[in-house]
Amino acid sequence: MRYGLLAAVLIGVATLGGCTEGVLDPKGPIAAADRQILLNSLGIMLAIVIPVIGATLGVAFWFRASNERARYRPNFAYSGRLEMLVWSIPAMTVFLVGGVAWVGSHEVSPRKPIVSTVKPLRVQVASLDWKWLFIYPDQGVASVNYLAIPAGTPVSFELTSSGVMNSFFVPQLGSQIYTMAGMVTRLHLQADQPGSYRGMSAQFSGEGFADMYFNVEAVAPEKFSEWVDTAGNVGMELNATTYAQLAKPSAAVAPFTYRSVAPGLFDSIRVSEMQSGGAMSHGHPTSMRMEK
Amino acid sequence: MNLLGKLDWSAIPLDQPIIMGASGGVVLVIVSILSWVTLKGYVPYLWREWITSVDHKRIGIMYIILALIMLLRGFADAIMMRAQQALAAGGAQGYLPPEHFDQIFSAHGTIMIFFMAMPFVIGMMNFVVPLQLGVRDMAFPTLNSVALGLTASGILLTNVSLAVGEFSKAGWVAYPPLSELQYSPGVGVDYYLWALQISGVGTLMTGINFVATILKTRAPGMSYMRMPVFCWTSLAANLLIVAAFPVLTATLAMLLLDRYLGFHFFTTDGQGNAMMYVNLFWVWGHPEVYILVLPAFGIFSEVVSTFSGKPLFGYRSMVAATMAICVLSFIVWLHHFFTMGASANVNGFFGVMTMIIAVPTGVKVFNWLFTMYGGRIRFTVPILWSIGFMVTFVIGGMTGVLMAVPPADFQLHNSLFLIAHFHNVIIGGTVFGLMAGYNYWFPKAFGFKLDERWGRISFWCWLVGFYVAFMPLYALGLMGMTRRMQHYDVASWQPWLVVAAVGVVVILFGIASQVVQLVVSIRDREQLKVTADPWNGRTLEWATASPPPGWNFAVLPQVRGLDALWNKKQRERTQAQPAQERKFDPIEVPKNSPTGFIIAFFAVVAGFAMIWHIWWMAGAGVIGIFLTTLAFAFRDDEEIEIPAEQIARFEQANQAEIAA
Repeated sequence: MRYGLLAAVLIGVATLGGCTEGVLDPKGPIAAADRQILLNSLGIMLAIVIPVIGATLGVAFWFRASNERARYRPNFAYSGRLEMLVWSIPAMTVFLVGGVAWVGSHEVSPRKPIVSTVKPLRVQVASLDWKWLFIYPDQGVASVNYLAIPAGTPVSFELTSSGVMNSFFVPQLGSQIYTMAGMVTRLHLQADQPGSYRGMSAQFSGEGFADMYFNVEAVAPEKFSEWVDTAGNVGMELNATTYAQLAKPSAAVAPFTYRSVAPGLFDSIRVSEMQSGGAMSHGHPTSMRMEK
Repeated sequence: MNLLGKLDWSAIPLDQPIIMGASGGVVLVIVSILSWVTLKGYVPYLWREWITSVDHKRIGIMYIILALIMLLRGFADAIMMRAQQALAAGGAQGYLPPEHFDQIFSAHGTIMIFFMAMPFVIGMMNFVVPLQLGVRDMAFPTLNSVALGLTASGILLTNVSLAVGEFSKAGWVAYPPLSELQYSPGVGVDYYLWALQISGVGTLMTGINFVATILKTRAPGMSYMRMPVFCWTSLAANLLIVAAFPVLTATLAMLLLDRYLGFHFFTTDGQGNAMMYVNLFWVWGHPEVYILVLPAFGIFSEVVSTFSGKPLFGYRSMVAATMAICVLSFIVWLHHFFTMGASANVNGFFGVMTMIIAVPTGVKVFNWLFTMYGGRIRFTVPILWSIGFMVTFVIGGMTGVLMAVPPADFQLHNSLFLIAHFHNVIIGGTVFGLMAGYNYWFPKAFGFKLDERWGRISFWCWLVGFYVAFMPLYALGLMGMTRRMQHYDVASWQPWLVVAAVGVVVILFGIASQVVQLVVSIRDREQLKVTADPWNGRTLEWATASPPPGWNFAVLPQVRGLDALWNKKQRERTQAQPAQERKFDPIEVPKNSPTGFIIAFFAVVAGFAMIWHIWWMAGAGVIGIFLTTLAFAFRDDEEIEIPAEQIARFEQANQAEIAA
C-alpha cells in the first residue's frame, strides 16, 4: 500500500538530489527550459495523481467486506453529477498539460535559433559506426568524439548520419535529435558556463553503441580560439580518403582532431548515402531533410 | 546449388557456453516431456482432446500455457540483462559481449510483446468472450485453431534461433537501416521477421474471428448495451487488431523485400527512407499498446465489480471511453519519435492528441474507484491485483503523459525513464490484469480455485519487485542513462542498477510463487473444488458448470439486462422457482480438426526455409499450407451432434453437485 508513496518519494529524491549530471542539472537555456516544462507538467499531474492513489487505497480499505460501519449500496451504479466530474477532472488536467505541450513544443523547437547577441558557432555533426564526427565549417577544423564549444555562445548544429540512425544527445545542454542518413536535422544548444558535459548517442546503433559517447568541453571564448588554433596545426586533413578510413566501423575511438576539412565534406557524407546503388541522383524528396 | 541454403554446422554456436547450456537445457526438457507423454500413452488423448480441438475454451487455455512458458523465457532474458548492467560499470564489460547482449534485449522485447502478452490476452479472450456472450463457440472455430497454430509457429521459430543461428540484434522494433542487410547481414533479423509475419497472420485471423463473434453471435436478448464490459474491450481490441496488424505485416514485408530481393524501401541508398518504416511501425505499434491493455481494463472492470458486489459504475461511460481509446489510438503514433526533427506544429499536435487519450483512461480509473465506493469488497487475489494495478497504472500513465510533452521527451526519449514508463504500464496494466484474470477465471476453466495464500505471496512479490526494479530506472533516465547499453562509463549509475537487479530477483520470487501456487492447487484440487459460481458472479460465464461442457450452455440463456446472471439470481431469490422437468434438444458442435496443427507444421517449415534460403523447402511448406486449406475447404461433415440424453445427464450431475 505504501509503494505508491515510495514511488513518489523516489521520483522526488531523483528530482531534487540524485542527479549531478542528468537532465535535471541543466547548464544551458534549452536544458533549463526543457526541465522547467518537465517539472511544470509533472506538478500539474501530481496534483491529480496523488489524491487518486490516496482515494483508491482509502476507498478499498474502508469498503472492505469486514467493515460493519461502511454502508453497502449494491445498486449505486450511476450518478450524472459524478459522471460529469469523472470526465471533467482528466479533461481539465489534460487541457493544462496540453497547453504546456503545445506552447513548449514551439518554444524549444530544435529548429528554433537561440536569441543572443553573440554570433552562433556552426557545427556539423555526423554519426559514424561508432563514433561522432564534429566539423567546424567556419573554423575549418574537425574533431572526433570531442566537442569543444565556447561558453555563452549559441551553437547551431546540422546533423546527419553516415548510415545507421543515432540520436545526438547532451543531457545537460538539452534536447536530443536523430541523425539520419541522407537527411539533415537542425538543433540549437548553448552552454552558459564553462564545464565538461557528457554527450552520447541515445539511439541504439549496433555493436559499438555503448562506447558512442563523447565529451563536450565548454570553454571561455578565448580558450576556444586557442583550441581552434592548436587543432589547426596538428593531425591530418579530413578529405574523402581520410573520411573513408574514419567511416570504417570502430568503437571506443580516442578523441583526435583534423587540421583542416575539405570543402563540402559534410554534404558529401549526406549525399553519398543516396547515390550509391546506382539510383537516380537528383533531389531527395523528403520534407525534413532541409529546412531554413 | 546448395540444398540447405545458408544452413550448415557453423550455425550452431558450439563455442558459446551460455547459449549451448540454455538451448541444451531447453531441448532436454522438451525431450523429457515428450517421452514422458509418449510412455504414459497420453498422445492419443492430447491429439484428440487438445491439439485438434476447435473448442474455444481449450484453445484459450493452450494460448495461455504458451504465454506462461514464454513469460519464463522472456523473464530469463530480463534477469540476464539486469545482471549484465549491474556488473558492467566503469571499465568492466560484464559477462555478456555486445553481440550476445544485443540479441537478448531484442529477444526480450519481441517475446514479451508478441509471444507473452499477446497470446495471454488472446487466450483470455478466447476462453471468456463466448461464455460471457452466452454462446457455444466462436464464429469460425477452425480458424481459431489455425490462429493458435500460427502463433505457436512464430514462437517456435523465435526459440529455434537460440540454438540454430542467431536472433536479431536490432532491438524489438528492428529499425532500418540497422536491420537492413548492409548492417545486419546475419539470419537474426530474418528470424525476427518471419516469426512475426507468421504469428501476425494468426493474430489477424483471431481479430476477424472475435469481431465476427461479438458482432454476430450473442445470446438471445443480449443487445450491445447489455454486453459485459470485457466483451466491449475485447471488441475494441480486436477492431484494433483488424485495422493495425495488416500495417505491421505490410511494413515487415517491405523490409523483407529489401533484405531478400534488393528493394529500396528503407535502405540508405536508392532513395529509401528509413523514417517511413519508423512511422509505419508505430502506426501499428501504438494501437498495439491498446490491444494489450484494453482487455486488461475489461478484466479489472469484471473483477472490481464482482468482488465489490456491485454493478460497474458508469457502464455507458466505460463503453464510450473504450471506443474513444480505440479510435484515438490511431492518431498518436508520432509521439514515439518526437526527436525525428519534425516541426513544432506536428510535435505539438501529436503531443496533445496523446494526452487526449489520457482522458478516457482517467475516466476508467475514476469509474473503478466509484465501483468500489459503496461496495462490500472481498479481498481475494484478483482484487489485490486490481488495486495494485490502479495505484501502479496512474503512475505509469502520468509518466506517459509527461513524455507526451515534446520538450520533456527531447530529454527522456530512449532513456531508462522510457523503459520504466512502458514497463510501468505493461506490467502494471496488462500483466497485472492478466494475473487478475488468471486467478479469477481459473476455477471456471478447471473446476477448482487457485490457492489463495500462494496467490497473495505472488502478488506482493510482483508488486514490491516491480517498484524496486523500475523506480531506479526512472531516476537513471533523469540522470541521462540511455537504453540498450551493454556497458557504461558512468560509475554513479551502478548503485541504481544494482537495486533494479534486486527488484528483478523479487519478481522472480513472485513468478516462483505462481508456479508453487499452481502445483499446490492441483495437489489440493479436491478441497478447492468449486461449482458453477464460486465468486457470486454477475455475468453469464458463471451460469454454466465449471469446467463448462463442450457445448457451454445446455439451453442458450435469455438475457434481460446488464449483469445477466446477477439479475437472474435476484429474480430467483424473490420468486420461488417451481422445480420443473427440463427438456433438452440435441446440440451440434463443430468437429475437431487437425487443420490448425498441419498448417502450423508447414508454416514452421516454410518460415525456417525462408530464413535459411532453402528455397525448395519453402515452396514445399507453402504448397503444404495451400493443400491443407484446400482439403479443409472440401470437408464433408463439419459438425457432430451431442445427443439430448448426454446433455440431460450432464445437467443432472451438475445440478446435484450444486445442491450438494
